[in-house]
Amino acid sequence: MEWETVIGLEIHAQLATKSKIFSGASTAYGAEPNTQACAVDLGLPGVLPVLNEQAMHLALRFGVAIGAEIAPYSVFSRKNYFYPDLPKGYQISQFELPIVGQGVLDIEVEGETKRIGVTRAHLEEDAGKSLHEDFQGLSGIDLNRAGTALLEIVSEPDMRSAKEAVAYMKKLHTLVRYLGICDGNMQEGSFRCDANVSVRPKGQVEFGTRAEVKNLNSFRFVEKAINHEVERQIDRIESGLSVVQETRLYDSDLDETRSMRSKEEANDYRYFPDPDLLPVVITEALIEQARGELPELPDAKKLRFKEQYGVDEETAVLLTHSKDTADYYEAVISASGCEAKLCTNWMTGHLAGALNKDGLDITQSPIGHVRFAGLLARIADNTISGKIAKQVFEALWHSDQTADEIIDQKGLKQITDTGAIEAIIDEVIANNAGQVEQYLSGKDKVFGFFVGQVMKLTQGKANPGEVNAMLKEKLKR
Amino acid sequence: MALTTEEVNKIAYLARLGVDEKDVDSYAKELSGILNLVEQMSSVNTEHVTPMAHPMDQVQRLRADEVTEDDQRALFQAQAPEIEAGLYLVPKVID
Repeated sequence: MEWETVIGLEIHAQLATKSKIFSGASTAYGAEPNTQACAVDLGLPGVLPVLNEQAMHLALRFGVAIGAEIAPYSVFSRKNYFYPDLPKGYQISQFELPIVGQGVLDIEVEGETKRIGVTRAHLEEDAGKSLHEDFQGLSGIDLNRAGTALLEIVSEPDMRSAKEAVAYMKKLHTLVRYLGICDGNMQEGSFRCDANVSVRPKGQVEFGTRAEVKNLNSFRFVEKAINHEVERQIDRIESGLSVVQETRLYDSDLDETRSMRSKEEANDYRYFPDPDLLPVVITEALIEQARGELPELPDAKKLRFKEQYGVDEETAVLLTHSKDTADYYEAVISASGCEAKLCTNWMTGHLAGALNKDGLDITQSPIGHVRFAGLLARIADNTISGKIAKQVFEALWHSDQTADEIIDQKGLKQITDTGAIEAIIDEVIANNAGQVEQYLSGKDKVFGFFVGQVMKLTQGKANPGEVNAMLKEKLKR
Repeated sequence: MALTTEEVNKIAYLARLGVDEKDVDSYAKELSGILNLVEQMSSVNTEHVTPMAHPMDQVQRLRADEVTEDDQRALFQAQAPEIEAGLYLVPKVID
């Protein structure tokens, strides 16, 4: 039988606020355990949560970016369950009236554009962390993360393969970073994903029973975990068993999912409006403000890059997947005054390669956009050849000097004196009578040998195009 | 609307409340009474009424996004039964 996969994703994006969603404790990552957990975060008696206005603004910015309905009236609810990293015994979340309603996100998979529905996005607080090792049979609890502002973005079950799920997740990841609402750091848990996965016979309208796979903290794991889960479900059905609706945990070491039985009983969360918090009223003015804060969005930027700089789809994606990369690219074009093609080639070629090799992103590039532009300008005005430029690039990477300083210091300027090049060509021809004869008898391949000799004698400082033309002319005689 | 004893036991478990088995019947009766009281609302036409999220007719106040809390770990942990390396220690819970 042919099976169809159905996937919906819940993504938790940690909002880029300095303080927590309901308290004035810091959200800075990596502090000593429990030094950033105040009385509100600990759920001590008598405390009162007060909403962080920036968390609301950032959620609204996301809402307008995906063209979502924004509720004029939004309510916080208590989601009740017991776990030691949740000191109050409930998580403040949103249930019936989330801040962001239905919106859409377009993804590209294998050249096709597909529209994925976003059901809702709601504000909630994060829980703390449990550490299960080294405490003589006890668990250690760090509540620094408790109360950090999260935006939970829930998709419609619109994805039909692990590839589509990854494309959607990447698209959201790019978007939240463009919007400046989340740093997107997956190692630190700022951007996490749970996947609802089910299978059904192809052509069937009703959905199959779904399992929720948790703990997907990289794009690669999302793909692997979903593929694994789909196989597991098909195996069960084909061997006459049924799929159980449950929460499963992905184990990246074993590449398998396993049931989290302890969560089963707890799935009855008994949501109710939190009496400690009043309804939030979203005025038209607040929505307008959020709209005013929108930067150029990734899709619009990609389109503009294709038109303005003549790059193809693949290159446009490369240049715009992060706003920092796109900004760097445009800064280089404007600072160097070079044509876009040269900048594109060097950015996606040498610079991208060198960054990749050292595991750096563009913001960590040893070569800032000004020095990079300085190099490109010297290629464009023929001061140096492409070959020498690679040498200058290396030197830029390992020093703070400018391209001009390096070219001067190392004497790398291209020889523009045609008389000097001519003399060298004459010398090469005179010293290699054998090769000249071969060339004249029709062995065109020998031509490369002459070019190589001339470049060697000029230490690469002659313009290859010019050398080619002059050589051809000389050898004709 | 009448609650069964199973439902009472389930609610008690979810809320982690210890309920004496001999009290379950009377709890079921009393809780059902409360539900029946609320049930009267069903006879009222509420089609054009916005559900009330809070009894106070006010709007949530917001705070500026500023760090205003100092580290008071030592004070808070003085009340904890067990701590180690800055962590609160609790009976092991693992999935």
